[in-house]
Amino acid sequence: MRSLLKLTWVEAKLFFREPQALFFTLIFPLILLFVYGGVYGNKSNPMFGGFGMVDVSVPSYTAMIIATSGLISISVIVATYREAKILRRFKATPLSPLHLLTADVIVIFFMTAVGMMLLVVVAKLVFGLRFFGNALSFAGAFVISCASFFSLGFILCGLIRTARTAQIVSMALFFPMILLSGATIPIETMPEYIRNYARFIPLTYVVKLLKGFWFGDSWSQHQTELVVLTVMFVVGLLITAKTFRWE
Amino acid sequence: MQKDTAIQVEKLHKSYGKLTAVQDISFSVRKNEIFGIVGPNGAGKTTTIECLEGLRSPDKGLVRVLGLDPQKNRRSLHERIGVQLQESRIASQIKVWEVLDLYTALYSRTVDYKDLLEKLQLSQVRSRFYSRLSGGQKQRLFIALSLINDPEIVFFDELTTGLDPQARRVIWDLVREVNESGKTVVLTTHFMEEAERLCDRVLIMDHGRIITLDSPENLVKKLGAEHKIIFSIKGRVQIESFNELATVEKVSVFRDKVTISGKDQRLLADVVNHLIERRIPYYDLQTQQPNLDDVFISLTGKEIRK
Repeated sequence: MRSLLKLTWVEAKLFFREPQALFFTLIFPLILLFVYGGVYGNKSNPMFGGFGMVDVSVPSYTAMIIATSGLISISVIVATYREAKILRRFKATPLSPLHLLTADVIVIFFMTAVGMMLLVVVAKLVFGLRFFGNALSFAGAFVISCASFFSLGFILCGLIRTARTAQIVSMALFFPMILLSGATIPIETMPEYIRNYARFIPLTYVVKLLKGFWFGDSWSQHQTELVVLTVMFVVGLLITAKTFRWE
Repeated sequence: MQKDTAIQVEKLHKSYGKLTAVQDISFSVRKNEIFGIVGPNGAGKTTTIECLEGLRSPDKGLVRVLGLDPQKNRRSLHERIGVQLQESRIASQIKVWEVLDLYTALYSRTVDYKDLLEKLQLSQVRSRFYSRLSGGQKQRLFIALSLINDPEIVFFDELTTGLDPQARRVIWDLVREVNESGKTVVLTTHFMEEAERLCDRVLIMDHGRIITLDSPENLVKKLGAEHKIIFSIKGRVQIESFNELATVEKVSVFRDKVTISGKDQRLLADVVNHLIERRIPYYDLQTQQPNLDDVFISLTGKEIRK
């Protein structure tokens, strides 16, 4: 337990020293917020069901932060560990390498939550963000989404050998995903055919779920999203168990 | 397993697909010795040492380290051994003291890492990032990590590869100190000089097999190679008289350079005495003794591949 705590603390420090992960988790969502919030403000808009641009964007950007953590942070960190034989060095200690991954998951989850809270606080102070849902339900949806996307990240870890490939592949998945799922550009503003494609993008379900709970939907209204994300989580775990290699 | 045996290996066999890395090798390591595994790249050194460390599982054979099976008792073994891996790195953005502090938390029994920093001359870089350390400092940090749990056996895999000669010598002194503090040391190297200077016994392997195992002195002695003494003379000097010495086997002259060779280790003393007794003016005296390199070449028929 002492080792897991220490490991988590060290991994947290390392996260703060890694500019790329830090940028996409903490800074990039704020940049988007200021750009879109600056242009559109947070006035009621019929296109968003009477809510403001910022009200709609914050849960969507939260989805983007989750995608960052799952696709980029996890795959790059694990690939780097493997490439540098860091996992192997830990294997020569009484520590289980599983502890290392646990510590990383804890840190990345925590940073995802920090990214969201930072976004919420800034949006509230600067643009008067409004929240219409149940905080506990939203937190639940947040955890389910994280589990699902972290699991996706571990599939990548099993398939990718080097840190460089992990960077490229995760970015190649990340950008189309955040652009077409409604995580950055509101899905309501997109043409019909893109909205059809969005159905095949996993992040779309996170966006829908988080947005729904932000505006006070109930769990029964989001069965599709919950099923899709749970299936992704389980399938991800199964694939990871089969393909994951420590070295 | 005898009381003074630290490691016992019997018929260890390991292959990766079609490639056989280690073929049925058997040897044992005594407590408190510096044991070297020497051989060219691809000889099977790392596979062997990693089977001892519990990082690889042997296909066949028996391995006992401190009486434990490295596969079955991995955790309890890792509490008692220290390991430095070939080509292993640690996170580049971690500071020296942070990684030592972290490793302290991984073991149930540890020494104070501040003492290790002191001993390994890392105190002045304790707050430096790993990525900013020199090659020698990095290796010293890895030695520190391998010693943090006050282990009974320490494994060093290619500890000095890639270091400059000065840094290498510093590391050699440290390895001796580690050994003198009562720890058994197992190391692999492809530097014959390193094995010769450090090891009590050397296991030479190639193509996954043991070629020989003995102390460096015995290996050289068994080789029966010639010692050579070379010196220069000025003017006309009678050198035929050297042939009268019992230990001299051959005397040859090329221009002003005299080479005297023989297999007996007393050759040098005899020749020097003779030079003084006969008042022969000489300069630039050098000796050439057979070393492990010669042993290796004669046993494998090739130069060590570096």
